[in-house]
Amino acid sequence: MKTLSANAMVGGLFVGAFVIAACIGSVWTPYDPMALDMKARLAGPSTQHLLGADEFGRDVLSRLMLGASASGIVSLATVAIATVLGTALGSISGYLGGWTDRVLVAVTNALLAFPGILLALGLLAIFGANKYGIVLALGIAYTPSVARIVRGTVLSLREREFIDASRISGDSGLYTLLRHILPNCIAPLTVLTTSMFGWTLLSESALSFLGLGVPPPAPTWGNMLAAARPYLAQAAWLAIFPGLCISIVLLGINLLGDALRDRLDPKMRGMQ
Amino acid sequence: MLRFILSRIGMAVPTVFLVAVVVFFLIRLVPGDPAALLLGDMASPESVAALRSDLGLDKNILTQFAIWLTNVFQGDLGTSITTKEPVAHLVIERFKVSAGIVLVAVALASLAAVPAGFIAALRQNSKLDLTLVSVAALLLSIPTFWLGLVILLIFGLKLGWLPVVGYVSVAEDPSRGLLYVLMPILTLFLHEIGVLLRMARASALEVLRLDYITHARAKGLPERTVLWRHVFPNAFAPTLTLIGLVLGNMLGGIAVVETVFTIPGLGRLLVDAIFGRDYPVIQGCLLFIAVIYVLVNLIVDLCYPLFDPRVKIT
Repeated sequence: MKTLSANAMVGGLFVGAFVIAACIGSVWTPYDPMALDMKARLAGPSTQHLLGADEFGRDVLSRLMLGASASGIVSLATVAIATVLGTALGSISGYLGGWTDRVLVAVTNALLAFPGILLALGLLAIFGANKYGIVLALGIAYTPSVARIVRGTVLSLREREFIDASRISGDSGLYTLLRHILPNCIAPLTVLTTSMFGWTLLSESALSFLGLGVPPPAPTWGNMLAAARPYLAQAAWLAIFPGLCISIVLLGINLLGDALRDRLDPKMRGMQ
Repeated sequence: MLRFILSRIGMAVPTVFLVAVVVFFLIRLVPGDPAALLLGDMASPESVAALRSDLGLDKNILTQFAIWLTNVFQGDLGTSITTKEPVAHLVIERFKVSAGIVLVAVALASLAAVPAGFIAALRQNSKLDLTLVSVAALLLSIPTFWLGLVILLIFGLKLGWLPVVGYVSVAEDPSRGLLYVLMPILTLFLHEIGVLLRMARASALEVLRLDYITHARAKGLPERTVLWRHVFPNAFAPTLTLIGLVLGNMLGGIAVVETVFTIPGLGRLLVDAIFGRDYPVIQGCLLFIAVIYVLVNLIVDLCYPLFDPRVKIT
C-alpha cells in the first residue's frame, strides 16, 4: 500500500505541474512564444532564456508553456469526444442487445483489431493534418475502447434486481440507463480516460513530430522536437527539453493511472 | 485441432473484410472525384476518364467495391501518384526494411523482459522488484521519437560511433547496413522492454495467486518444479498475446522512429503518402499493415494452445 500512495503522489505532482504550466501558458509566458529574435538564435540556456532559444531566437520555455496548453486542450477534446461517443454506443449496444448489439460489437472488434494510431493516420488523410483533424481522428480511433468497457459494465448490470426494480416502478429505459446504469460506469471510465489522456498526448506529439499534427509556427512539444532534429549537433537542448516534458507528463499520467486502477477497479489490474 | 484453427481463421476474416471496407470508403470520403484523386493533379482528362471506367465509377458503389476488392486479391493495389511505381511492390519493399528492425527489436526485448518480469513477480515488493518496475514505468513513459533523438545524440553525435543520416540496406552490404539499423533497434528494444516487463510480471503474479500453485506447493513439490512446471507455462500464454499486439502496434508506430533515423520503411512511406496526398499508397499501406496485424494476432492465437491447453476446449 505504501508504494501505491507514492505512485499517486508522484503522478499527481507531475500531472499537477503540467496542468499549472498549461494554465499559466495560455495567459502568460515570459516572452512572446512567436517573437523572432535573430540575436538570440540558437542561444543556450542562460538567465535570459532559461531553457535557451530556438533556430529563430524564440524562447524555448515560453514555447513549451504554450505547447503545454495546446497539447492539453487537444488531449482533453479528444478524450471528451471518445468518451461521449463511446459511452453512447456502448450503452446502446449493451442495453438494447440483439442485432444492434451484434453489429456494434462486430464493428468495435474490427476497429480494435488494428492499431489506434493507424486508424488515426487514415482518418487524418481525410480530415487534413491540423488541430481539428487530430482531435477528430484520435477521438474516433479511441471510441471503440470506451464502447467496449461501457458495454461490458451495462451487460453485467442489466439483469440485476435494482434495474428490474427501476423498470417495474415505471421508469423509461433511457431514465434507467442514465440514472442507474451509467453511474456504475464511472469508476472503470475514470481509469480508462486517465490512460487515454496519456495515449492522446503521446499520439498528438508523435503526429506533430511527423508533421501531421498542429502546423508550425504554433508550438507543440511534438513539432518543437521535429524542428530540433536538424540542430541536434549545435543545440541539443532544443531536443532535450520538449522530450523531457512529454516523458515527465506521461510518467505522471501512467503512475496516476496505475494508482487509480488499483484503487477503483482491482479487477483490471495487470491489463494493458 | 483443425476446428480450432478454422474457427480462428473464420474470426479473422470479418476483421480483414471490415478493414477493406474502411480503406475503400476512406478515399470515397475525400471530397472530389476518386479517379482524379488517385491519378493526382497532373493527370490528363483522358486518363482520368479511363480510370473512371476501370474503377466502375459510373456504376453503383457496391459494384465499385467489388471491382476494387477483386483487384486487391489479384495483388493490384494501384499505382503511386508520385513515383508511378506499383503500390504493391513499393509496400513490400518498404515492409522488408521495417519488419527486420521490428522483429529483431521485439525478439531481443522479449528475451530480456519476460524473464525479468517473472523474476520481479517471484520477488514481489522486494528491492529488485521495485527497481525493475520503476525502470519499466520510466521506459514506458519515454516516447520512442525522443528516446531515438537522445540515442542519436549520444551514439551518433557525441561519441560518433554510428552514422547519423542515411540508410544502407543490410541485404546489400551487411556490415555497413547493420550500422544504420543498430540505433533504431536499440530505441524500440528499450521501449518495448517497458511494456513487456510489466505484462510478464502481471501475468506471473496472477498465476502465483491461483489455487493450483498453492496445491502444488502443499503436496510438497520442490519450488523449482512448481515454477517451471506450473507458473511459467501459464504465465507465458498471456505474455505471448501481448508480444503479438506489440509487434502489430510497432508497425503502426514505427513511422516516428523511421523519421528520426531517416530509414525508408513502411511507416515513413505512409506518412509521406499522407503529405503528398498519394491516395493509392495510403490505401495500400493501411490495408497491408492492418492485414499483417491481423495475421500476427492470428498466428499468436494459433500458437496459444501450445502453451495453454485449456484453450482447446473452448
